[in-house]
Amino acid sequence: MTGFLALEDGAIFHGESVGAPGFAFGEAVFTTAMTGYQEVVTDPSYAEQIVCFSAPMVGNYGVASERSESGRAHARGVVMREVRGPAWTDWLLERGLPALSGIDTRSLVLQLRRGGAMRAAVVAGDASVEETLRAIQEQPTMVGRALCESVSTPGPYDYSEAGRARIAVVDYGCKRSILRRLAKAGAAVAVFPHQAEAEELVGFDGVVLSNGPGDPEPLGAQIATVRALLGRVPVYGICLGHQLLAIATGHDTFKLPFGHRGANHPVLEKATGRVLVTAQNHGFAVRPSAAGEAAYVSLYDGTVEGLEFPELNARSVQFHPEAGPGPHDAWPLLETWVEEVCSGIAKAA
Amino acid sequence: MIGSGPIVIGQACEFDYAGCQALKVLREDGFRTIVVNSNPATIMTDPGFADRTYVEPLDLEGVAGVLARERPDALLPTLGGQTALNLAVELAEAGILNELGVELIGAGIDVIHRAEDREQFRDTVRLAGHRVPSSTVVNGWADVPRELTFPVILRPSFTLGGHGGGTARSEDEFVGMLERALSESPVGQVLVEESLLGWDEFELELMRDRNDNVIVVCSIENLDPMGVHTGDSVTVAPQMTLPDEAYQELRDAAAAIIRAVGVETGGANIQFARERESGALRVIEMNPRVSRSSALASKATGYPIAKVAAKLAVGYTLDEIPNDLTGTTPASFEPTLDYVVVKFPRFAFEKFPGADRTLGTQMKSVGETMGIGRTFTEAFLKARRAREIDDAWEPTGLHPWFEAELARVGRAVEEINSLDALVADDFLRLKRLGLSDREIGVACDASEDAVRARRRAWGVRPAFRRVDSCAGEVEAASTYYYSTWGEADEAPPVSPAVAPAGQSPAPPLPDTAGGTVPCGAVPHSTVPSGPAPPAAPETTGKRGVVVILGSGPNRIGQGIEFDYCCVHAAQSFRALGFETVMVNCNPETVSTDYDTSDRLYFEPLGIEEVLAVCEREHPVGVVIQFGGQTPLKLARALEAAGFAILGTPFDAVDLAEDRERFGSLCRDLGIAVPDWRMASSQSEAIAAAEEIGYPVLVRPSYVLGGRQMAVCYEPEGVAANVHPGSRFLVDRFLEGALEIDVDALCDGATTFVAAVMQHVEEAGIHSGDSSCVLPPPGLDAALRAEIEETVSTLAPALGVVGLVNVQLAILDGSVYVLEANPRASRTVPFASKAIGLNLVDAACRLAAGTRLADLHLPALNDLQQVSVKAAVFPFRRFPGSDAVLGPEMRSTGEVMASAADYPTALAKAERAAGRPLPASGTAFLSVRDQDKRAVVPVATALSRLGFALAATSGTARTLAAAGLAVEHVRKVAETGEGSTVVDLLRRSRCHLVINTPQGSGARTDGYRIREAALAARIPCITTASGAAAAVHAIAHARGEDVLSLQERIDAQPRTA
Repeated sequence: MTGFLALEDGAIFHGESVGAPGFAFGEAVFTTAMTGYQEVVTDPSYAEQIVCFSAPMVGNYGVASERSESGRAHARGVVMREVRGPAWTDWLLERGLPALSGIDTRSLVLQLRRGGAMRAAVVAGDASVEETLRAIQEQPTMVGRALCESVSTPGPYDYSEAGRARIAVVDYGCKRSILRRLAKAGAAVAVFPHQAEAEELVGFDGVVLSNGPGDPEPLGAQIATVRALLGRVPVYGICLGHQLLAIATGHDTFKLPFGHRGANHPVLEKATGRVLVTAQNHGFAVRPSAAGEAAYVSLYDGTVEGLEFPELNARSVQFHPEAGPGPHDAWPLLETWVEEVCSGIAKAA
Repeated sequence: MIGSGPIVIGQACEFDYAGCQALKVLREDGFRTIVVNSNPATIMTDPGFADRTYVEPLDLEGVAGVLARERPDALLPTLGGQTALNLAVELAEAGILNELGVELIGAGIDVIHRAEDREQFRDTVRLAGHRVPSSTVVNGWADVPRELTFPVILRPSFTLGGHGGGTARSEDEFVGMLERALSESPVGQVLVEESLLGWDEFELELMRDRNDNVIVVCSIENLDPMGVHTGDSVTVAPQMTLPDEAYQELRDAAAAIIRAVGVETGGANIQFARERESGALRVIEMNPRVSRSSALASKATGYPIAKVAAKLAVGYTLDEIPNDLTGTTPASFEPTLDYVVVKFPRFAFEKFPGADRTLGTQMKSVGETMGIGRTFTEAFLKARRAREIDDAWEPTGLHPWFEAELARVGRAVEEINSLDALVADDFLRLKRLGLSDREIGVACDASEDAVRARRRAWGVRPAFRRVDSCAGEVEAASTYYYSTWGEADEAPPVSPAVAPAGQSPAPPLPDTAGGTVPCGAVPHSTVPSGPAPPAAPETTGKRGVVVILGSGPNRIGQGIEFDYCCVHAAQSFRALGFETVMVNCNPETVSTDYDTSDRLYFEPLGIEEVLAVCEREHPVGVVIQFGGQTPLKLARALEAAGFAILGTPFDAVDLAEDRERFGSLCRDLGIAVPDWRMASSQSEAIAAAEEIGYPVLVRPSYVLGGRQMAVCYEPEGVAANVHPGSRFLVDRFLEGALEIDVDALCDGATTFVAAVMQHVEEAGIHSGDSSCVLPPPGLDAALRAEIEETVSTLAPALGVVGLVNVQLAILDGSVYVLEANPRASRTVPFASKAIGLNLVDAACRLAAGTRLADLHLPALNDLQQVSVKAAVFPFRRFPGSDAVLGPEMRSTGEVMASAADYPTALAKAERAAGRPLPASGTAFLSVRDQDKRAVVPVATALSRLGFALAATSGTARTLAAAGLAVEHVRKVAETGEGSTVVDLLRRSRCHLVINTPQGSGARTDGYRIREAALAARIPCITTASGAAAAVHAIAHARGEDVLSLQERIDAQPRTA
């Protein structure tokens, strides 16, 4: 069965349908990670997005349940140059995900780089191109969209019960790798829904604001909660969590033209002058301010990649220290933070 | 900077590529650069590339001499392969670096030892939390563990490409192999280790800077499993079969190991074995330097590893170095690929009959190709066909993923029924799999042309995509392209030809680029002649596009010399105002550096791919005379498609190669050629030989590198060398003739004889294997004039516009032409350096329409220096194959040495080739009957020099009869008392072997002598003339200070 990808600017990319039949709308984005397709598609931050892999071949090594970053697929559609099955294609089909192979993905990447991430539709099967393009125009844009409600946990739960420090993770669309890394660092991890109140969280030794999809700006209640936490408990923000912390501390966020998605992004750690090769997945970024809180900057485009508020005992990174998929260069960041939280406990005692 | 010396198996032009990149950035950074390399065919030894260039032997003496004279601040040994690294260790351990205050940069001695010494490496890896295969270091029999579980692998320390190692499957095999491995290791140390046969093999290319930033440039996966040397494996990048968590585990391990070993400023590669099911990892080895894999990784990703490594070595950090391809992002990122790259080895087993073809831990391939495609199979098939040879590749234990991919191709081929049944979608599908027009044609019994015509009629054409290091994420002005199918074309549009295609090249323009500098002169005093773009941008391209066809994979007979020529051609045409386009598929080369030309198309040199490039580039001309035989094979089809050949037209090639046409041309010109006949059967060949008179030279028509060429002394020999089905040439063999090689320039009318080189070995030894000397010591003025006259008559008659190489023989005062090649020859780089004239540049100017007279070439009558070129051979890699010189070329590379006189230059060349002539000791002689007379003066001279003589019975009688004291040594086959020659060699009681072959093959006595000499690393001379020259050199070579190429050239008087 053939299919196509339609972009809101009218561009059409033809391919072969290799996933579920039907169609899906979403924001077309690309990732340059060469491995980790299953992790990407199950990462809740890809909610409401159609993800294009720039990697030449996808599906080579099949699937494994432990690779999923959440309980289900979050991307709306998958676009590839050359898919390999059957494990991966079956997986896509079972999860009802429309997917296309045989797409001129490099041209698509170049188009998105120049025109920015944009609204799009994946059509698996026959459909009118005109109608599809019209329907795309009726879809909401990513700017202004609050999405964490649709991907957050419905209620609190404990991820790991034993640990040297008790860490609360606010789930705006949290990846399992974050929980795994925290537990590995020796923390007892409790997960809370996105609308958790500050009072539920301040009793913990530290709070992690997780990654998640969508625009951070409309998340007023969540931002208020973060603000209420600051200074009362150590806070660590990742990706969307970083953006929420930024807004809570008076920064602005803005939409990047096509975002950063991949596993090779160099980030400068200003304190040490060292470079971390990081996993990234974000469409929005924090606008730099004169305050000099940017502890990490992207060596690609100079955007803010991390903030540090020592007086508030809060910090955050735009990239993904938990990796999954991607390099582990930034694993120590989470470990160090957990250590700091632990030594904070010791001091208090 | 130390280069890597001659091309040998395991160390090819990747280090020229690395060295060139490094020299370029270091000079840009304001460093005064000094390079030492004995290989004249390298771009890095061009006089414009470094401030001082020493073409000197890469041994302790040679390099120490340069260091003492130049007193550099630092020595950079990490870009010249294992040779440079080993030399750095020697220099440090001899105290020379300390004494001269030279700092070792790139990798310190302790780092080199931690990476290279097996025991230290094992401990270091353990400290980093990883494992090497369980193993024991063996310095002698006493160290061998009592219980070994076979198979075990033997790896000698400090050898090239795993040289001398292997897999022993039984106790019996182990005994012989350990002996050999111990003797191969310069430190007499061998690692006996756990065999990981059947594990998967991965390689990671890393960079680390002084801030401890580590990045992985590229992951490479081997298709051949562990046990096959990675240089002999088909490899793919990026790795295809590992999930993210497994890949990151490798990445973490690699980073931990590079830190533990302590490579602080530069590149390294680390090889891993991984058991497919359990995921168990073993660290196999690490090179704390730029390697063959780094060259591959650079070409595969667009990340210039050597350039970055050089900058790191002088103190930059990764984030301070820009990514060349994007310009806006730093080198501190990890390239991401949106295509697949496959590397294929190219072997030359046909050159070494008797040698074991089994692939193992010792590298045997002589070259490699790389293919780029959007899928694995596309890249695989491109790399495979780019080898220009149909060698089977049948690995064992292929990962099921690769097996399935290849099966996909097999099925698609089987499903092809007839050409007429194929429609657009079919073509697209087959092309996207990677099949060529020819391969589709073979499947449906159609010609390649017919397939192409039908495919094009269906509108199926290739598209070109960029290699940009970042999968399109960052804007990149890269001009590095590959073809694929069914996608948008990304190459910038090229306006159709400035001059219509199919017509003659651009009209001659007044030469503005050269100014008052004599054109063609090596421009070392004006501009660097490196691959850096020397032309002013405003002039670039105004004369249209020139497509330069490269020489494909290195192979015996077609090596780096041709790449050298192609690189120079790119520079020269650029300087002449053309836009240059390079087509090549060899990842090791300088020509496939994206900096070398205006646009690089990394494509197989097949007619399909080259036509596709030409159709999109609309060149004013295609340059075929610099890439050896490979581009010549395409010339006819290119002309037929309406593309002009720049310079010498194809007809000249045909005229020179078609023996009948060439024979009648020579007859008309009054040029003598050895009597010859054409034969298409054994009986015809024998009849021809009888007419001509024995000995005769028998060979198939159209050959390069002397394939299947044989000197025959009797009808049985002729019969054995003529095979039904092809046409054979039977030539009179001029036994004992002096052979001469001439490189000349011609503009179609006038000829400039640039270099007359005399072979050291007599006629019958392939010119590529013979040592040669310039100026020729054995020619008087009259003979020289006759040779020049002959060449000057022949070149314009052939229609040469550019370079021509003529081989001549002189016998009894008569000059014969053996063959003419209207293209750049193997000797062009050597000759250019010896005479101080850039012959390729001059040839390009001629091809672009300049007249010879307007080049104002200097007279070259009084060369102040004698230069010798000597070949190096891979015999040690091919036990079982006879180490004797003959009409079939078998050398992989060459060295050059210059000195004030011939013996000194020759002795130095032998040193550079790794065969230093002994000054004293015992000389063993055993010669065939024809050489008995010639051996007497040789033996007499040796005796006068204080050598003791030993000989087998026949030779001993001859020598005794001449009044020489000689020890009689038993032949291996002879029964009786006393030592055999092989015993003598094994016990190191012999220091020079002179053995001319009675016959060749594994059963002869001579073979055993030569094999023993090879194993004992004792110089073994197999020709009478070679022996005479060597003895002359031993007697008369003088100690001489090193001198740079620049000084040699400046000392050369020039008159225009």
